[in-house]
Amino acid sequence: MDEEVAASESRKETTEVAPALIAVHPDGHHVAVAVGPDLRVFNFLSNSAVSLLDESVNQPFHKDNIRAIRFGAKGKLFVSAGDDKTLKIWSPENWKCISTVLSEKRVTAVAISNDGLYVCFADKFGLVWIVDLNKNSHDKKPIPLLSHYCSIITSLEFSPDNRYILSADRDFKIRVTNFPKNPLNGAHEIQSFCLGHTEFVSCLAFVPAQENPHSLLLSGSGDSTVRLWDITSGALLYTCEVAIKAGLLESNGNAEEHDHAVTDLCTTLDGLLVAVAIQSLQGIVLLSCNVSAQTLSVAKVVSIAGENFVPTCLANNPSTRELWMVTGVSSLPGYDYPSLSRVLVISGVDVEQEPVVLGDDKIPGGIKLLETLQGTASFDDNAFLVAAEAVKAAMCNLLIKKQYPFENREYRKKTRNDRKLKE
Amino acid sequence: MPETGGNSTFSKSTGLPRKRFYRARAHSNPLSDSHFPVPLSPSHVDYSLHYPQFFPSSDKADSCKKIKFADIGCGFGGLLISLSTLFPETLMIGMELRDKVSEYVKERILSLRVANPGQYQNVSVVRTNSMKYIPNHFEKAQLSKMFFLFPDPHFKEKNHRRRVISPFLLDEYAFVLEVGGIIYTITDVEELGDWMKSCLENHPLFEPLTEKELEADPAVKLLSSATEEGQKVARNEGQTFQAVYRRIAASDQIS
Repeated sequence: MDEEVAASESRKETTEVAPALIAVHPDGHHVAVAVGPDLRVFNFLSNSAVSLLDESVNQPFHKDNIRAIRFGAKGKLFVSAGDDKTLKIWSPENWKCISTVLSEKRVTAVAISNDGLYVCFADKFGLVWIVDLNKNSHDKKPIPLLSHYCSIITSLEFSPDNRYILSADRDFKIRVTNFPKNPLNGAHEIQSFCLGHTEFVSCLAFVPAQENPHSLLLSGSGDSTVRLWDITSGALLYTCEVAIKAGLLESNGNAEEHDHAVTDLCTTLDGLLVAVAIQSLQGIVLLSCNVSAQTLSVAKVVSIAGENFVPTCLANNPSTRELWMVTGVSSLPGYDYPSLSRVLVISGVDVEQEPVVLGDDKIPGGIKLLETLQGTASFDDNAFLVAAEAVKAAMCNLLIKKQYPFENREYRKKTRNDRKLKE
Repeated sequence: MPETGGNSTFSKSTGLPRKRFYRARAHSNPLSDSHFPVPLSPSHVDYSLHYPQFFPSSDKADSCKKIKFADIGCGFGGLLISLSTLFPETLMIGMELRDKVSEYVKERILSLRVANPGQYQNVSVVRTNSMKYIPNHFEKAQLSKMFFLFPDPHFKEKNHRRRVISPFLLDEYAFVLEVGGIIYTITDVEELGDWMKSCLENHPLFEPLTEKELEADPAVKLLSSATEEGQKVARNEGQTFQAVYRRIAASDQIS
């Protein structure tokens, strides 16, 4: 048993890998991919790779795996952050680093207020920090905003009207906090908790308000469901068992637990369609969202034929109705592929049209884009099979509470002082 | 635990459980992953298990009575027992992280109910980590009183985040307390007393009670006298430091 325990401890070391991330500029002019410490950006206007500029450090700009990237404030800002405990704020206009913020702990999620005045980030201990962008200094000091007690925050999001900041964690909960006028004194007034998931919450997305005065919130989770919430009351409006509905899982049997965790959500067409990435699904599930009836239903499963592509992150290009997907991993044990990534695009994500997975010859930006974002136009398909497994193992390790069998638990207690005395 | 036959863990004279059979470590790590059941949401709390006389069946539709008092870190339950007879119509719950201690309180309440028919039906206890799972147990503005009596001092600065009163945890307590609800804290450690007072003082959603209000509140008298910890301090003629604050509505200027 000793070896067993030791083995499970050492497994932890080898699976600390980060998935590849993707973000598309709201006007569709730039697309960014982060994999490992690499940040790769492609500009469609000049049809070329962007070279990022940061006067304070030499490349690479991040020293460890990037865990979160996003565009914000209608495309005026871009942020990247991760395991190197630094948050970098970039201006997508010239791709210069506006400022570098140091965190005490590893960063797991970021959000930008819609007015572009504040950047928030969550660290690995459950604290959310806020950075005031008004201050005219290069080095900005983050101020604590709110805290989830000792939990890993998986996602941070501002509500479309900027009234609330939402934080999801691995303890199954989503906290909705009033975002105050002066947030530098902390955000103390909690509006609601959205409770109902039975595993870690992995992602959040808003269905923008149309005639509805309140926007609806979508969340994806390790429990293989996508849920719809009213954030003012925290009420659960609808649960879509997306893995069962898409035919990945028998409704009675759970083949392997956590096999079908929802990893990312992306709303398109003002929220009428929701793209869902699920672990072990080679493709995506499109859900149609009925805002007035407050329901979700599976519209289509788009599978990717001919290659091993389990998307790790999704992004929407609203101007062209394309869904951008990336898969990849920061490093692969046993393979010589640091920062492995692969980008695919689904076009025609629309209610009327038939979605099509574009071939590499049809992808916007062509070979040049693939060379920029993937590092190489060619790829080894087998590596992505291993990569998908590695990403899954890392996610389980990070977000699922370890269940120790009884004997194992006793073994771990063997060095405890009160046990020793008995002998 | 050695079972030496019959009801040996219960006192023969009083019928109450004997503390010596529920010896527990004095501290428990609030940061560790928990392996006890946690209700998915406040609506999943089964009141019929806790208060069978008030809720004869698990069908909750017929009653809208909710738990109003929470004793966080209730220890051996002394305060709960005193409050039970003081507020016989109010549902109250103790929350305790240490498994054996919560077992003891459970047995204590059960035997008190047997010994005093009709009484102590409004108290119960749950094993949980209240620093992590308060929102799973109570709805927004559900509670009218929260008690934090003689919490762990956690002297080292690196362990301050384990303290049960902290600026960020107060946000969650303010969420489950109704406006006008009262938070009671007491400790025999001066350093911790100062800490709790300053946390509450600096929080925009709490204000201190006036001297008059403190005198009029029957629960305040119980703080130092009702609990086992409090009695221990009194025996040793130690000093206590209390801070009692009221939840106030958020004003736009404050935030």
